[in-house]
Amino acid sequence: MGFAQATVGGRSALVVHPPRRKLGPVVRDKRRTGILFVVLPMLLFIIFAIAPMFFACYLSFTSFKFTSPPKWIGLSNFAMLQQDRIFKIAFVNTAIYTIGVVPSGMALSLAVALLLNQRIRGIVVFRAAYYLPVITSTVASAVVWMWMFAPDVGILNRALAIFGLPPQRWLLDTKLALPSVMFMSVWRGLGYSMIIYLAALQGIPEHLYEAAEIDGAGSWHKFWSITLPLLKATTFFIFVTSVIDSFQVFGSVYVMTGGGPGYATTTLVHQIYLNAFKYLRMGYGAAQALVLFVIIFVLSMINWFFLRSDVEYW
Amino acid sequence: MVGVTAPRPRTYKRTAQGAARWARLGTRGLLYVVLIVTSLLMVVPFLWMLSTSVKPDYQIFEYPPSWLPRQWNWGNYARAWQLAHFSRYTLNTAIYAGFSTLGQLILCSMAGYAFARLPFPGSNVLFVLVLATMMIPFQMLLIPLFVILRYWPLAGGNNIFGVGGTGLIDTLVGLTLPNTISAFGIFLIRQFSLTLPSELADAARIDGCSEATIFRRIMMPLMKPALTTLCIFAFQGAWNDFTWPLVITMSEKTRTLQLGLQTFQNQEFTEWGLLMAGTTITILPLVLIFLVGQRYFVQGIALTGTKG
Repeated sequence: MGFAQATVGGRSALVVHPPRRKLGPVVRDKRRTGILFVVLPMLLFIIFAIAPMFFACYLSFTSFKFTSPPKWIGLSNFAMLQQDRIFKIAFVNTAIYTIGVVPSGMALSLAVALLLNQRIRGIVVFRAAYYLPVITSTVASAVVWMWMFAPDVGILNRALAIFGLPPQRWLLDTKLALPSVMFMSVWRGLGYSMIIYLAALQGIPEHLYEAAEIDGAGSWHKFWSITLPLLKATTFFIFVTSVIDSFQVFGSVYVMTGGGPGYATTTLVHQIYLNAFKYLRMGYGAAQALVLFVIIFVLSMINWFFLRSDVEYW
Repeated sequence: MVGVTAPRPRTYKRTAQGAARWARLGTRGLLYVVLIVTSLLMVVPFLWMLSTSVKPDYQIFEYPPSWLPRQWNWGNYARAWQLAHFSRYTLNTAIYAGFSTLGQLILCSMAGYAFARLPFPGSNVLFVLVLATMMIPFQMLLIPLFVILRYWPLAGGNNIFGVGGTGLIDTLVGLTLPNTISAFGIFLIRQFSLTLPSELADAARIDGCSEATIFRRIMMPLMKPALTTLCIFAFQGAWNDFTWPLVITMSEKTRTLQLGLQTFQNQEFTEWGLLMAGTTITILPLVLIFLVGQRYFVQGIALTGTKG
């Protein structure tokens, strides 16, 4: 009953000092309760999200080794970033990862959603199968796939042998390591986009298809002129959120390859982690994080503006 | 079946024509074949994981590989559980996920409801501020959060000015506290609260109920679907979390399952049978929750995806 007591206390205070504009008791109680409900969550937000964000921006202009207080060094971190060969490699790897994972993942999840959007028996079982990798943690998926990718004894190499193909070194091969991680990511993310697509498909009103049928449209035609255009907003949402996720790839790389072999699979967040928590160059790590933030901020803004112009069809 | 109340498109119609009917049967047969094959491909890694975890050591590297063990070897599970402090990791993970979920349920439902139904001057500005924090990549907050928890006053040997000890670094409180609030959770509850009927609350107001009582007695029960979704997302997020525990925990007494699993595999020689047993233990709780409440997982994602 903590809330009720506090409200009673607040009310008596207001009787002593009446507000300039007289408000009804209900409105006053709503205001007071509203403020009361929001105080603690907002306080936590300030401590654990808003203040740290400004702190992170500040740190990116400092040299901060953690043992001694941060020292202001202006734009030096960013000048260093431009020279940093490894950061450049990490950026390119992240971009390749994104370009490889996002479109293929989206195409596959749409295909599966279209298949599941038929009147089929056992949809719950199929949907569960596609969704299972999503509820599996990054580390668990990574470990399972390391076993699949294991050189010599892994099941993938055994499968290649059936077709007479030579065994691959997968995660230990400079050329194959990144594609292997990407393959795992597509597998893991498929179910999530699929569910969103499925929900969107089920939201397309049936009368549109019926009207098209009366006009003599075949199923291919219906797909191109009804389904696909109506999935535009959903596709855009999935695209932007997938790109944002891809730019933050870290766990799978950390566990499966440790960024290697060499720098073949190091990513932006992997570099941020290494600089901040392994080399204890926290100021430099913060500067790298700021670059990531700018990329994600721009993407989120694009997402917001486009989603606001979402058209309703029914 | 998916928890969205829109009509399903009718993609085929029953007709009496025999030929057309056979063609349709063929298409449907093909559809099932494709679905069965692709969904099997999705679960093959899990099946292989289970298979490896119950095989005797000599059978793990066998060629050609077989799916079923010639003799069941449950020893991997027992050993994984005892080795590498797995029980401790499980307890830590349960505490982290449990209290994160509890915190988010209480704090997000209060704030989300207030933003929707209890307006006060400036509440919209605050809500937009909350939404804006969703755009901050968590990796950006890692360094500042580490510093803030390190200098947390009166914790871990720190004095009132936050110096002297190690603060909340490497403690379960430090691990959990920043995760007890989520912008997504507030957003979810606010959107759901907007759809709640106001008649019941009005009736209660006439009877002299305070807003806090209305929230607790009337609105909370009505919010059950949204709270279930939030509960699942929060629990799943914390249980599977890797980056934050990696940064903030250091010793066996605070490490979580995900980290334990990762250190398992860092050793020189990987015992795959043991590792797969450990992975199965790590995955199992969420799989069980998923199998029971699949509907809520699906609803939750549809909710976030369709109206972002």
